Amino acid sequence: MPLQATLQPAYAIDHVHMGILPSPFHSRTSRLNLNQQWNEWNGFASAAYYSDAHIEYFSTRNTCGVFDVSPMRKYRFRGADAAAMLDRMVTRDVIAQAVDTVAYNVWCTDAGALVDDGTIFRLAEEEFMLCCADPCYDWFCLSAVGFDAVDITEISEEVAALALQGPTSCALLKAMGFTGIEDCKPFQIMRFAFASGEIMISRTGYTGDLGYELWLPPQDAKQLWDALFDKGALYGIQPLGDESLEMARLEAGFLAPDVDFHGSLHTVQRGHDHSPLELGLGWILNFKKAHFSGRAALLAQKESGNYRRLLKLDIEGNKPAEHSILYADKKCATEIGYITSAMWSPVVKANIAYGLVDAKFFKGPIWAEIYHQKELRWQRKVARCTRVTKAFWSPERARATPPPDC
Amino acid sequence: MNNSTQTFKSRYDAIVIGAGHNGLTNAAYLAKGGLDVLVVEKNDYIGGAAVSRELHEGWVYSNCSYVCSLLRQSIHRDLELTRHGLMIVPYSGTTNFSRTGDYIAEYSDHAMQYREIRRHSLRDADASVRYETDLMRYAKLIRHFLLRTPADPTSFKPRDMSEMMFMAKKFAGMGEEQVYEFIRFMTMSAGDFLDEYFENDLVKAMFSTSSIIGTALGVYSPGTAYVLLHHVMGDVDGAVGAWGLARGGMGAISNAIAGALREHGGTIRTSAPVQQIIVRNGRATGVALEGGEEICADIVVSNLDPKRTFTVIMDRNDIPADLRSKAENFKIRGSSGKVNIALTGAPDFPSLPGGHPLRHGSFQFLDSMERMERAYDDWKHGRWSDDPFVEMTQSSMWDPTLAAPGHYFVSCFIQYCPAEVAGGWTPEKRDAFGKTVIDQICNYSPNFRDLIAHMEVRTPHEIENEIGLTEGNIFQGELTIDQLMFNRPFPGYSQYRGPVKGMYMCGSGTHPGGGVSAACGANSAREILRDLKRPNVVPEDDVDE
Amino acid sequence: MNKSPDIIIIGGGHNGLVCAAYLAKAGRQVLVLEANTQAGGLGATREFAPGFRASVAHTLPQLGKRLVKDLELERHGFGLAAQALPTVAMCTSGKHITVSGNELGGASASDTAAYPAYLQLMQKFAKAIKPFWHKRPPLLGSGGLRDAATLGQFGWKLRALGKQDMRELMRMIALPAQDLMDEYFESPLLKAALSWDANVGSKLAPRSPNNAVIALLYRMSGDLTGGLPLAKGGCGGLMDALAAAARAHGAELRLGSPVARVIVEQGQATGVQLGSGEIISAPTIVSNADPRTSFFKLLGARHLDVQFTHRINRLRMDGQVAKLHLALESLPNFTGLAHPDGRLLLAPDMAYIENAFDAAKYGGYARQLPMEVLLPSLRDDSLAPRDQHVLSALVQYAPYTVKGGWDAHRDSFLENALASLERYAPGIRECVIAAELLTPADLEQQFGVTGGHWHHGEFALDNWWMNRPTYGASRYHTPVSGFYLCGAGAHPGGGIMGAAGSNAARALLEEN
Repeated sequence: MPLQATLQPAYAIDHVHMGILPSPFHSRTSRLNLNQQWNEWNGFASAAYYSDAHIEYFSTRNTCGVFDVSPMRKYRFRGADAAAMLDRMVTRDVIAQAVDTVAYNVWCTDAGALVDDGTIFRLAEEEFMLCCADPCYDWFCLSAVGFDAVDITEISEEVAALALQGPTSCALLKAMGFTGIEDCKPFQIMRFAFASGEIMISRTGYTGDLGYELWLPPQDAKQLWDALFDKGALYGIQPLGDESLEMARLEAGFLAPDVDFHGSLHTVQRGHDHSPLELGLGWILNFKKAHFSGRAALLAQKESGNYRRLLKLDIEGNKPAEHSILYADKKCATEIGYITSAMWSPVVKANIAYGLVDAKFFKGPIWAEIYHQKELRWQRKVARCTRVTKAFWSPERARATPPPDC
Repeated sequence: MNNSTQTFKSRYDAIVIGAGHNGLTNAAYLAKGGLDVLVVEKNDYIGGAAVSRELHEGWVYSNCSYVCSLLRQSIHRDLELTRHGLMIVPYSGTTNFSRTGDYIAEYSDHAMQYREIRRHSLRDADASVRYETDLMRYAKLIRHFLLRTPADPTSFKPRDMSEMMFMAKKFAGMGEEQVYEFIRFMTMSAGDFLDEYFENDLVKAMFSTSSIIGTALGVYSPGTAYVLLHHVMGDVDGAVGAWGLARGGMGAISNAIAGALREHGGTIRTSAPVQQIIVRNGRATGVALEGGEEICADIVVSNLDPKRTFTVIMDRNDIPADLRSKAENFKIRGSSGKVNIALTGAPDFPSLPGGHPLRHGSFQFLDSMERMERAYDDWKHGRWSDDPFVEMTQSSMWDPTLAAPGHYFVSCFIQYCPAEVAGGWTPEKRDAFGKTVIDQICNYSPNFRDLIAHMEVRTPHEIENEIGLTEGNIFQGELTIDQLMFNRPFPGYSQYRGPVKGMYMCGSGTHPGGGVSAACGANSAREILRDLKRPNVVPEDDVDE
Repeated sequence: MNKSPDIIIIGGGHNGLVCAAYLAKAGRQVLVLEANTQAGGLGATREFAPGFRASVAHTLPQLGKRLVKDLELERHGFGLAAQALPTVAMCTSGKHITVSGNELGGASASDTAAYPAYLQLMQKFAKAIKPFWHKRPPLLGSGGLRDAATLGQFGWKLRALGKQDMRELMRMIALPAQDLMDEYFESPLLKAALSWDANVGSKLAPRSPNNAVIALLYRMSGDLTGGLPLAKGGCGGLMDALAAAARAHGAELRLGSPVARVIVEQGQATGVQLGSGEIISAPTIVSNADPRTSFFKLLGARHLDVQFTHRINRLRMDGQVAKLHLALESLPNFTGLAHPDGRLLLAPDMAYIENAFDAAKYGGYARQLPMEVLLPSLRDDSLAPRDQHVLSALVQYAPYTVKGGWDAHRDSFLENALASLERYAPGIRECVIAAELLTPADLEQQFGVTGGHWHHGEFALDNWWMNRPTYGASRYHTPVSGFYLCGAGAHPGGGIMGAAGSNAARALLEEN
């Protein structure tokens, strides 16, 4: 029997938005983005830089800067099984995580390969918020199979978020009336009345410096931005674009998805994904807690010791080693790995990088083959790399409670 | 294309029967390898199912195959097809209308594609990343084998053993667990496969369509997951899974290959239907044309489908009895139709806003796999469906050479249409089939009918009669495991060699199957040159680069 | 049992009993916990009407001599009611074709000539593959010497078929039943009958590729009699013998003891908790339940990795066969048959089967239902009162997820089944004293089999050998140490043959 279709006029259909989407702060950020330099992040416009990435970057080390993290994907997990379900999915102990705290976590495939990383906010005994850079709902649904009492909702568009980072960030928040914020310890959450409702402030961030992330309903977004910049003028506030954040995170020793690691679920080539051990995240693998996905594989890998290492490198000279291949010798005869991220660190005054090095070679000498340009002409340089064990930038104030000057 | 100015010899080094794109490719490589080659073609035009024909004045039709992705880039480059006039243009944007009036579309922009699926299901939008990764993993594996001769797993010859090793190595390269997944994938149905990723009917419908194109199976028939893969293992400029159009219509491919063939000294003779392959003393010695003329050659290559080759143009007494029965049992089922339409204006799709980029793309009208499965049920019962699956490609939106500005050529591919209907096909039934297709389109584009200047309706019956594909099967044989790789076309005959010395096959009925890849013709040429102890001139594939 | 058990087996279906018997025979202290008050699962013979008894599984095509001998089942009461039941392909007209051994009765000359060659080839293939039903599936890369040996043996068995037949097997294995039949035979009735075993129990039909031949070969794996045997006392007769053998070797069977969950401590299965709350400890737990029940209900997803649970969750477990038991006050008359003895297949052609499948694909069921009908009481007077009879029928296709639910459809499905039956046996309704219809939903509810699927998950090439139920659990042990599978969801699959149970027992003994 032929099927009769119902025709709908175009205006009655919810067509997708063509092109890039505005974040809840777009009316403010677009005014400051002098050259309209945008990157796409989950379909949203994210400023590449506002006026000068170098100056913006220094605000995270010297005053304070604001980065719009609204395009981040946010999910709510609710129900009697929420804690158990998350605990089985991620590598750290979610059952033991206190209410109103945040924990950085990774979740892995059965083979122990990283699917993604993100932060878990325990909002109540049976309620969590999970934030990650890329969509992950599919994996959460797969992970919820066999757990009946957990309800997973994407709330990305229900929560606007800003990261306020830098030494004056606490003082600024205090000046805005968020009294008591100075007592907020790292990875803790506090809540304050703001605008039409509530703002949640967590002492978290992606710069390695003193900093906070501010979470609130989108309708109050502009008011928050205006309040920050109104009071912030006295605290040296700057808007931060992707480029300055990228610099800060590298110095702080944080990983960037699809830069330092390739999520396992979209990896086609075998071995092009990564285990948390390879990425130096052994510290968040809790083998003492209940079972978690990838546990057996990761334990075996840990015991074998036979895995690549993402190393922090200090490289001689001042030419950033972006896209470099790594060798065990200056003659570049034995290839042992490659650079994932590299930059000149303005605050440390060092040529820093992450390099992924094969298991057999990570203890030996490492040389980077660097290509750099002088007035278009490419130059080649082979530079010695030195392993660094701590984050390149890790000031005491990031950990102190209350923070200094507050 | 016509023969009027040419004279033909009565002896060549090699004769290729059928000037389809694989026959031409085969001949081009034989000529490049130094042979004096003649291609004989029954029609008065070349190209077989890769043709561009001006069937209505002012409109050029790709009236059989209509899009291109599998064409081996290394052959394009090696035969300098660009210099011979070929350009493959990528296109994008498929809109799949639901009967509720809404639609789901495929965009090339990642973020928009995500949002579009998300409009229908958040979970499916996320799962599509996992789905495409898994499919890509299989595509990357299978791509290694397209421009290679399948190994004979029963053979202990060094060449077969080393080819088996090559295969084993590629499999091992995926990792053990992915091998298990691949075995599963190859044997399961597209419907079951999609059910493992997606929850939304419209999303599944969108992804399912390529699993049954040209195939006499339903989306829930085991084995169709591979057909899905067959449609995403091609590429345009390294973008695996992308599809393109040949500028000037699909005939541009055949014409360019013919150009390369001629440049290498080969000859094409049209309007020369072959009556029989001549076999004397257990070896092929030439062909007899209808009308009695005989042309001699030590090498005879058939680009016809295996059934036609071994049951029509080879004598029963010249081939082993078991081969004859294999050919009779060969599954080459007609399941597709085509309606090619000249339009005097752009069809309006009221669901899409004016100027929307999707208006330039392809259209499908399927909102669930169940509808597709029901269309298959109709085919099983020997009738075309009242609710057919129609894929409508607006070729001229991307190719200005097909129609004058303001005029449009659209190619509609229809699944399912049986090779035989009760009482046989008649012009009336053919037109009724065409009307069903137009009715389906008009459900979503009310002004479509009024814009039609001319249309050509092709059931499997027309396709078989005009271009000689048995039952009108577009792949020269079903793409089921019993007819793939070392089983294609028949076990023991997968290395392009026929049953008698000097006789070869080069059509899509051989590995790697249909889809305008030119790989069958090239692989076959490599084997022939090998038998003649001549240096190989067929390029390696460049899939790994 | 005085000592605490070494091994607890959850489920006293036939594979659980076989596994228990072998393990007990090897000296292990075994406890079998069965939820029902009768052991045997789908093989148990139950009284469905006063004086009338039947078992859901009704024939033993896959049973092997070795099991009977190893466990001395004859000593424990196992006997046959029939050695080799003929298969009779029925037409409503009364025309029929009888298949017994390598002979066809009533078939056309060309089919009669073609059949021995077909059968011989299939038997050759069945023989080549047979050893592998009784072995642990090998690992392809990470395995040891034993796996390499199994793979090598597999390659060798294929090669030993000869070049021609090896090629033919690799082609045929993917053929739909319909194409296979069309290649060999001409009679629609014969084709329907010979294709029957290729799809019965699956969500597949004669036109479905990639399943038929492997299913046919699987059905040919038994070697008890060389024909189709019938157990005395129904399949329950075999079940009772298995239970007796297990007990004789020291295994304990506790009936009416449903297991609520498996207890896992530090990644190791350490015991079970019964529905009553009682906890029994044991270092090894073996589940005869289907994979979904085993991993989700008994074990719990929290003890497993995410992708593994996904692979279990994606198993296709919707049963497609209903079981019909009729209590008949007299012997019904089947048109054209002097004596309705044998396995009667009621399907005039493959299209009839395909059409019934088509209805089921969309959550419905056909008016005319293909059936496999047996009157076991003709051979076994223990099943029905004197001069009265039991009719036992597999009825296809009955989708587990029927639209509207089975409660709304039970009566009309039964009506369709009786009407379909009546076309072959006019007046049979008048003989019916009582009827029991077990839909897949009933089988799930009464026997705890997810989806009512008698194979514990589709039996098809994509869910076969190393992929049964999925890699990571294909070798009877599971990702949780001390937790094993022994049911039909594991290799080789369903049907009364005990291979999953005996393979699991062997795997367990090898490992511990």
